[in-house]
Amino acid sequence: MTGEQIIFILVALFTLGSGFMVVTTRNLVHAALWLVSTLFGVAVTFALLNASFLAVVQVVVYIGAIAILFIFAVMLTRKDMRDQGPQTNRNWWVGVLLSVLTFAGLFFLLQGWNGLSKTASAIPAGFDAISELGNALISPDAYVLPFEVASVLLVAALVGAVYVAFNRK
Amino acid sequence: MVPLSWYLIFAAALFSIGLFGVLSRRNAVAILLGIELMLNSVNINLAAFWRYGDVLQMTGQVFAIIVFAVAAAEVSVGLALVISVYRRRNTVVADDINMMKW
Repeated sequence: MTGEQIIFILVALFTLGSGFMVVTTRNLVHAALWLVSTLFGVAVTFALLNASFLAVVQVVVYIGAIAILFIFAVMLTRKDMRDQGPQTNRNWWVGVLLSVLTFAGLFFLLQGWNGLSKTASAIPAGFDAISELGNALISPDAYVLPFEVASVLLVAALVGAVYVAFNRK
Repeated sequence: MVPLSWYLIFAAALFSIGLFGVLSRRNAVAILLGIELMLNSVNINLAAFWRYGDVLQMTGQVFAIIVFAVAAAEVSVGLALVISVYRRRNTVVADDINMMKW
């Protein structure tokens, strides 16, 4: 066991435990706060993978924007749930069954694949991943079109969200 | 050095937890929380395949960024719908939102 493996295991356990709390806690404000800690664990995972830009974006966009949006939504729609009554529907055991089956299926699928024990090659010296990423995002030879389409999608979604949630009274 | 399989199994476990949340919670906001977990596990996979594949090709990270944008769009529209439904029907329980069910 190297230090990196121990750190990975700790981060993974922390993230999975928080994720489990997100889907099982009765109080939705607590679930949203557990989501923050899950997202932070994922950000640390990105950092372990040397994807520094993704780690920063994860903290800024997911924790800073999306999780706060969730907390607002929970507080705006709080009156009737009040953490009473069952939080899961009648068919919750089907959900358990399907998610366990999904995990088992993915696990066995991965077992049969021979690229699994691959370890990462060293990042070449002088390779700047962030500037390469920026070039890839705006270069016409690479991904400028998906990038622009994603921007248009985001603008359209935000306009649509304002329209849908607008109070017409 | 951590082998690739650890990241993939970790992402699969996070995906399954999110799937359980989506399938079994009654509150519509909680269902969206589960979807966020699933999208995050996909992002872990994309970043892991970038790191363990050809580092010089940025495809994995670019896709992860597009998933970020799509997740932000999805959550903004989803929460707007939940708030709108709550304002009209005074409920966020997914079972009760059945006006489009025939």
